Amino acid sequence: MIPLSHFLIVGALLFSIAVAGIFLNRKNMIILLMCIELMLLAVNLNFIAFSHYLGDMAGQVFVFFILTVAAAEAAIGLAILVTVFRNRRTINVQELDDMKG
Amino acid sequence: MFMSFTTATLIPMQFAIPDFAPAIPEIFLLAGTCLVLLVDLFLKDSNRYITYLLSQTVLLITAYLVISGINDVSMAEALQTTGKASLTTFSEMFVLDPMSQVLKVSILLITVGVFVYSRPYLKTRQMFKGEYFTLGMFAVLGMMIMVSAKTMLVIYLGLELLSLAMYAMVAFRRNDGRASEAGMKYFVLGAIASGMLLYGMSIIYGVTGSLHLDHIDSFMMGHNVMTNMGLLLGLSFVLVGLGFKLGVVPFHMWVPDVYDGSPTAVTLFLGTAPKIAAFAMMFRLLVEGLDEMLLGWQQILSLLAALSLFIGNVVAIAQTNIKRMLAYSTISHMGFVLLGILAGTEVGYASSMFYIITYSIVAMGAFGIIILLSRDGYEADRLIDLQGLSSRHPWYAFMMMLFLFSMAGVPPTVGFYAKLSVLKAVVGAEVVWLAVFAVVMSVIGAYYYLRAIKLMYFDQPDEFVGDEELLVPAKSGFDFKLLLSVNGLSVLALGILPGALMSLCVLAVEASL
Repeated sequence: MIPLSHFLIVGALLFSIAVAGIFLNRKNMIILLMCIELMLLAVNLNFIAFSHYLGDMAGQVFVFFILTVAAAEAAIGLAILVTVFRNRRTINVQELDDMKG
Repeated sequence: MFMSFTTATLIPMQFAIPDFAPAIPEIFLLAGTCLVLLVDLFLKDSNRYITYLLSQTVLLITAYLVISGINDVSMAEALQTTGKASLTTFSEMFVLDPMSQVLKVSILLITVGVFVYSRPYLKTRQMFKGEYFTLGMFAVLGMMIMVSAKTMLVIYLGLELLSLAMYAMVAFRRNDGRASEAGMKYFVLGAIASGMLLYGMSIIYGVTGSLHLDHIDSFMMGHNVMTNMGLLLGLSFVLVGLGFKLGVVPFHMWVPDVYDGSPTAVTLFLGTAPKIAAFAMMFRLLVEGLDEMLLGWQQILSLLAALSLFIGNVVAIAQTNIKRMLAYSTISHMGFVLLGILAGTEVGYASSMFYIITYSIVAMGAFGIIILLSRDGYEADRLIDLQGLSSRHPWYAFMMMLFLFSMAGVPPTVGFYAKLSVLKAVVGAEVVWLAVFAVVMSVIGAYYYLRAIKLMYFDQPDEFVGDEELLVPAKSGFDFKLLLSVNGLSVLALGILPGALMSLCVLAVEASL
């Protein structure tokens, strides 16, 4: 039996990697979208671990909803990415600087 | 609640059909939105006004359904049996209480106003499409769900329904580079915020064993929560998520860019109704769910509020673009809303609620004026575009003056009373330094509002880069002008007679605590 803390540590690591990826990445917007997905997966891992540990189903139900919403979110994110690329011919994060202040 | 895994799979689930009555407005809005979506498919561009009228009708009927829920007989029964004026349904996940009713009606009516204001703007820019209205209505549905949510799951679903619709709306003008850039920034930061919020929720779920806000609250009553590292960690993540969604410093980076980059009609929507929903989300999570951790979130919120008041007001001075200026002014107003909440008293919550509702009305009017002055290919969003407005359109200049006075907090407009009641609550909670700081920051903030008024009344429009067309009266519909006048006068009327709305807010807060 793997103790709960192991799952939580993995979850926290995944979450940290995702956040670090968002803030360190200066090149590609698709990597940003991948980091966001990773972030949600880390949360899912947390929920499943807690749900199993508590013997409560609600956490797993939450995970299904997060998965669905994440799919919708990725769809909209990619759609916006396409419009950005059409207008700018680039998906470099650093070149998104029309507005400042 | 605590079914073990194996038994849950063996015993067939007991499924009772939930009571749909408390959620009828939401169900109607969903059906209406789908209808609008379908009808819009079969319309020619010249008949697009049918979509518009249909959406307005659906929103108004929904508002009526929300109001008529108050006089429901079952509400009186609930009051007798449980002692609370609230109805819950869907396994207690969805609640209908006076607070949700007041906030939903404000959200719906403000959205109706937003649609009226945005119509001429969308029309002149070939953006008068069904998407704006259907996305707007889905966002309203998300807001209504957020307002009525009683578990973290429903809060999250409502929030995402709102956010996903808003991301699409910001990037709705497909051939505009600035709008798509704003959409991308909004999307990325919004998604990070949702991730943070979810991570916090997962930790709180793990420690308390429930997603339901009431169960979380009752769990915490029996424990020494302020020394529980897990809960403190969860609380911090939830606060970061809330901070992003509300747009308070230091999580405010997206606000000016998104306000500036999106089409003004979208900024108008973005800056009004969703703020009310964000307030509701904060109230539900912090006051109804994490009430026992008051000391914890009070400290963090006072820091966020002080920073928002400072950065919002000081940076707004340096702006030359009205939309950017209003974005920074929003940040400082959100600081004021936080002040009322962190007071931690019923009066504080009620004054915060009053503040957010009246601020939405005022912001709607101010963006309405920008739309009124704009033409195709000319956004009228620079401060100098206000120059000499009083000689061009004296009545609208007067309206704009009322909105700006209200934002600055000058009596007798409603902004003064809203600020006063929040400050009274903060002093009542003995956080005097913060109240003094807020007053000083409001004085600094008054500078840029008064500068805009000076531009309108004391400067002449002759410094214009000679565009004669800008000097003729604006061409917009009768409904637009009527609503703008009503909007401006309501700012004055609510300022002189704030009692009715304030007592409604107090009642709503008392009923839900």
